[in-house]
Amino acid sequence: MARANDIKYLTTTRVEKRQKKYCRFKKLGIKYIDYKDAEFLKKFLNEQGKMLPRRITGTSLKYQRKLGHAVKKARQMAILPYVTDLLK
Amino acid sequence: MATNIQNYEMMLIFTPVLAEEDFKSAQKKFTSLIKEHGGEIEHENAWGLRSLAYPIQKKTTGLYYLVEYNAPTDLNAKLETQLNRDETIMRHMITHLDKFALEYTKRKRNAKAKSEAETAKAEEAAS
Repeated sequence: MARANDIKYLTTTRVEKRQKKYCRFKKLGIKYIDYKDAEFLKKFLNEQGKMLPRRITGTSLKYQRKLGHAVKKARQMAILPYVTDLLK
Repeated sequence: MATNIQNYEMMLIFTPVLAEEDFKSAQKKFTSLIKEHGGEIEHENAWGLRSLAYPIQKKTTGLYYLVEYNAPTDLNAKLETQLNRDETIMRHMITHLDKFALEYTKRKRNAKAKSEAETAKAEEAAS
């Protein structure tokens, strides 16, 4: 029975290098997240209008908290919905 | 006692039923209220009629109004009582602006002013 390392593939199995995530706020030097512009905040929400976790967006803890405050304020002032089905 | 002056931003949502001049008079009412109690209006911005992300009090649109001002810290309590008493206001929010927020709003305002100046110049050039 061919052992795993015996099998030779025609093309080398290239494990694609995952691009290093970076915190968008640190890189662009954004210091204040405005709760009023919904377009920018929508980048951090999924289709249901829920916030994306840090492991997906890669933002640092400090800015994820500021983002949380901004999204909650936007939801309070009906700029962003609490739940929706087709946000994008 | 030295009153501590802080920067605040107030956002109001009025019922869409409000007529244009009522909306204007309501705006003046609040700006004058702030000025009376020693506040100072930094910037005023009425977004006007906008659709809400979810219905508030069975209405799907609202008149948005935004005021940026700096005021002594005891002003907001008085403002809150007025805001709660006024039924034409569906929702209100007063946020404290820290130094980064201030920088951001100034930068945005200059950019807008500059772009308006450019469009104005472009129109003159065109005409």
